[in-house]
Amino acid sequence: MSDVVEKTLTALPGLFESQTGAAKITNRLRQLIKSITELTSKHEEENLIKRELSAIKEQVSSPNTTMKQMREIMVRAMYCEMLGYDASFTYIHAIKLAQQGGVLEKRVGYLAVSLFLNEGHELLLLLVNTVLKDLQSTNLIEVCMALTVVAQVFPKDMIPAVLPLVEDKLSHPKEIIRRKAVLALYKFYLIAPNQVQHIHAKFCKALSDKDPGVMASSLHIYLQLIRESPDSYKDLTGSFVTILKQVLGGKLPVDFNYHSVPAPWLQIQLLRILSLLGKEDQSTSELMYEVLDESLRRAEMNHNITYAILYECVKAVYTIHPKAELLEKAARCIGNFVLSPKINLKYLGLKALTYVVQHDAKLALQHQMTIIECLDHSDFTIKRETLELLFRITNAQNVTVIVEKMLDFLCYVPIKTLTFAPDNSWFIQTMNDVFSIGGDLLQQDDPNNFLRLLAEGKPEEDDQLRLYAVESYLTVLKGHTSHLPQCFLQVMSWVLGEYAHLQESVDRREVIRLLTQLLDQRSVSSETRVWILSALTKIPEGQTDLILDLAESLSSSQDTVLRQQAQELRHLSQDSQLREWVLVENSCAVDSSLSFLDGFVSEALAAGAAPYKPPHQRQEELSLNLEPYSFSLPVSLSSCSITDRQSPTLLSVSSGLSGNSAELSTLILEGVKRVWGKDGYLPQKEATAPPVDEPSAAVQPASQQEAAERIEPRPEPSTQNQDKQQLASSLFVGLGVGSSVSLVRKLFYDGFTASLRGNVMDCLEARSTSVCHYALLMDDPHTNVSLTGTVSYQTQPGHTNTLPFSGTLSTADFIRPLVVTTEEYGKLWLSLSHDVKQNLKLLTDAGDPLRTTLNALKDALQLHVVDIIGSEGIVACRLLSGAPCLLHCRVNGAALAMWLRSPHPALPDFILYHCQRALAHH
Amino acid sequence: MIKFLLMVNKQGQTRLSRYYEQVELGKRASLEADVVRGCLARRKEECSFVEFKDYKLVYRQYAALFIVVGITENENELSIYELVHNFVEVLDKYFSRVSELDIMFSLDKVHIILDEMILNGHIVETNKTRILAPLLALDKMAES
Repeated sequence: MSDVVEKTLTALPGLFESQTGAAKITNRLRQLIKSITELTSKHEEENLIKRELSAIKEQVSSPNTTMKQMREIMVRAMYCEMLGYDASFTYIHAIKLAQQGGVLEKRVGYLAVSLFLNEGHELLLLLVNTVLKDLQSTNLIEVCMALTVVAQVFPKDMIPAVLPLVEDKLSHPKEIIRRKAVLALYKFYLIAPNQVQHIHAKFCKALSDKDPGVMASSLHIYLQLIRESPDSYKDLTGSFVTILKQVLGGKLPVDFNYHSVPAPWLQIQLLRILSLLGKEDQSTSELMYEVLDESLRRAEMNHNITYAILYECVKAVYTIHPKAELLEKAARCIGNFVLSPKINLKYLGLKALTYVVQHDAKLALQHQMTIIECLDHSDFTIKRETLELLFRITNAQNVTVIVEKMLDFLCYVPIKTLTFAPDNSWFIQTMNDVFSIGGDLLQQDDPNNFLRLLAEGKPEEDDQLRLYAVESYLTVLKGHTSHLPQCFLQVMSWVLGEYAHLQESVDRREVIRLLTQLLDQRSVSSETRVWILSALTKIPEGQTDLILDLAESLSSSQDTVLRQQAQELRHLSQDSQLREWVLVENSCAVDSSLSFLDGFVSEALAAGAAPYKPPHQRQEELSLNLEPYSFSLPVSLSSCSITDRQSPTLLSVSSGLSGNSAELSTLILEGVKRVWGKDGYLPQKEATAPPVDEPSAAVQPASQQEAAERIEPRPEPSTQNQDKQQLASSLFVGLGVGSSVSLVRKLFYDGFTASLRGNVMDCLEARSTSVCHYALLMDDPHTNVSLTGTVSYQTQPGHTNTLPFSGTLSTADFIRPLVVTTEEYGKLWLSLSHDVKQNLKLLTDAGDPLRTTLNALKDALQLHVVDIIGSEGIVACRLLSGAPCLLHCRVNGAALAMWLRSPHPALPDFILYHCQRALAHH
Repeated sequence: MIKFLLMVNKQGQTRLSRYYEQVELGKRASLEADVVRGCLARRKEECSFVEFKDYKLVYRQYAALFIVVGITENENELSIYELVHNFVEVLDKYFSRVSELDIMFSLDKVHIILDEMILNGHIVETNKTRILAPLLALDKMAES
């Protein structure tokens, strides 16, 4: 694979003599390199470089040093800095070299500057004039190197000085100059976006430059711009698609190929841009389906680089608005990756799978055996990536097995996983393991979140959990405690202080004794001591003698904080009135309205301070907020991955202060008993087949035996295999449950089914006519329903006439307004779990776009507009005698961000579809 | 994004280092030592990517020389792996079969080549002819 020839050190002397390949190398540099290759110890290195640096110092200050020698000196200084030794006295000479040297020296001077000086280094100011001069040089090479250094390091404040010159270069006849100018502007955009605001039109020109290199450089800018605001660049989608098509079609010159693949890195860049543009935008996504399909098809060649492109393509397919056919192809591609014998491809396959299971957890089912194998892989990186994948498919049924695997691996258990805990004792026990093994490696937030989870539950429900925690911690503390990590000790003391009183059988003296014992331990940090003392303060009165002893012993402590606390403890234990006043029972109650600040606030307002705005309003002004309200629900992972295409950031357990971490505050204990789901195990033969969408009425094995029996047909399963299969079935349970995206889409295209219910309401008798009313109800939403039927009637006895009739109804015909108050709406919203988000067109032809749009929807679809506040509106409707659907609309730039929720999994999709149509036809 | 590119030999000696995100001079040596240790500890049959602090390392071995690239999580590891090979192919083309000593003797030129390929942590050119064009022009001018 490698073409690099290793020239061994034994060949060195010969090389030095002959000087091949480096003919112009001077004596001193050669000597330095030779000495470096001969180094045997750090000490020797230090001496060598010290000598070298003093030699350099002498040389640079000599007036006889030529520019040519200076160039060599710079390379020597680069060596010194590369080995980690400061050569800052040469920096000024690097700038001089760039200023005064001939072309080659100048380049080395610029190179040294970019290696030595960081952005913001004051010496850079001295470079500005040189750069200005070189940018105006008639020598292309000089212009080139000036542009390179400008794009690497350039003082931010001096950008205006060079900007006009750099802009000029955008229309330079030489492609390399144009290319470098674009890259310099990209850099300016990154460090000072305001400076380049006016030249967006020029970026656009660069994108359509006839030279592919210039075009490719402009993609860096566009990737950045689109990442920041995708909506503003949707109109460019067509251009990016065309470029990608041309690249795929081999329209670029051959020297852009890498191993016969046309411009692979350019393709990757384009795919990234497309996926950003198509994210949550159906109409834009539709523009790119064809080219993505082609990109997937072209990847037949078996080379690493095609797989790198494929990976990016698969990610794009799963990021943009889904298309069943593409999803299927992409899923097959992932199969090729994970099943590959090449380890690098397997890794990338797992990474891709980790990404896509967030959108469709069932994909993991197809590869369950591979995943199991990777879990026991000898390669740490592979194992780690597999755990990441498992973490994303954790649900109530498989949590015990997955967490066990994670604990085995290392203490890598994201606390969020544990919200699926099957029962209290398991939860506390696992947390004990996490704290004692992982200990101080845990993120700061983890213990805090755990405590919050304990504290925020309702007293009746979670007392059980708290009791269990108290018991468990007392047992832990009775054992050896010196090895326990500080954060675990802190957690335990907090819990004991707060909840020890719940357990009536516990002797309080015992608790105090155990905690005091901890205080005496050397290994306990002073921070932990503070926690312990706080806990002791909270333990109810009655044990004054013990407390006073303790306070006494601590009053001579060298730690002032402890001494202070001991003082407080003594006062509190002697003054029961004060104690009652200070330590209110259930001290967790927080005055969330902060009413005690009212006085302060009104004073501040009177003094002219700006009124407080809740965070979501503040974000609104920055137009960053994508979520209507800050409430969030304990949603199970599987439903999350289906409904929320915004790839939830699962790994980071958010900090205690943000509203979103509310998910942590409840343990999801539903569905605990059902351990073996219908998708427990799928034999490997089916692994390549697309996921089965059968309704969940199917098999539901009750025990492990049954599940094992079901897999019998496999030829001679070894015991090891069986183990793996069992592991598989316990890891992947509960993944296929619930409707998936593809299922919903399928309903979309199905014309009609027989799920309408009809009853005769009444028949009006008359002489020659009878009028019959039927009520049709829609149980499951469909876009369109064709209604066909026949009427049989007799005009003469014995002779029956039959008249066929037909008609088409749409969901819209079954939608009725749902009249609720804002408050009821809020409650209902929280209770609904199926949601869909999408940006819709905003009707902007009138003064109040939001109101106009909502009224248009109301007229077209019989929706009930509940309330409009500022740029947000809430709307409600329901299926005739059926499920409700709530719509939350918010003006987001030129679009209407709509968030729909309903108890019915498919209903939001249909309502959305009709809203889109209604607005399109308006 | 690319955070740094290192060329290190099996003995752990740095032959070239380029940082695209500021790392203090004093911390570089220990970081490089950690990086080399991380890569040397890997066996042949293991994949070429290692987790390292809060980024990933992509490494490729050529004879006694390792080329290691530090990248952020959102980068495509395999594309970087191939970028390294592209870089080596360019060096091969310029030095006609490059060796560790070529790199040492022409440290400045290897840097100039790298500057054409990676700028501020982004891949900016992969076309071999174009990568070498500025350097070849410089060589020509220096000769005349």
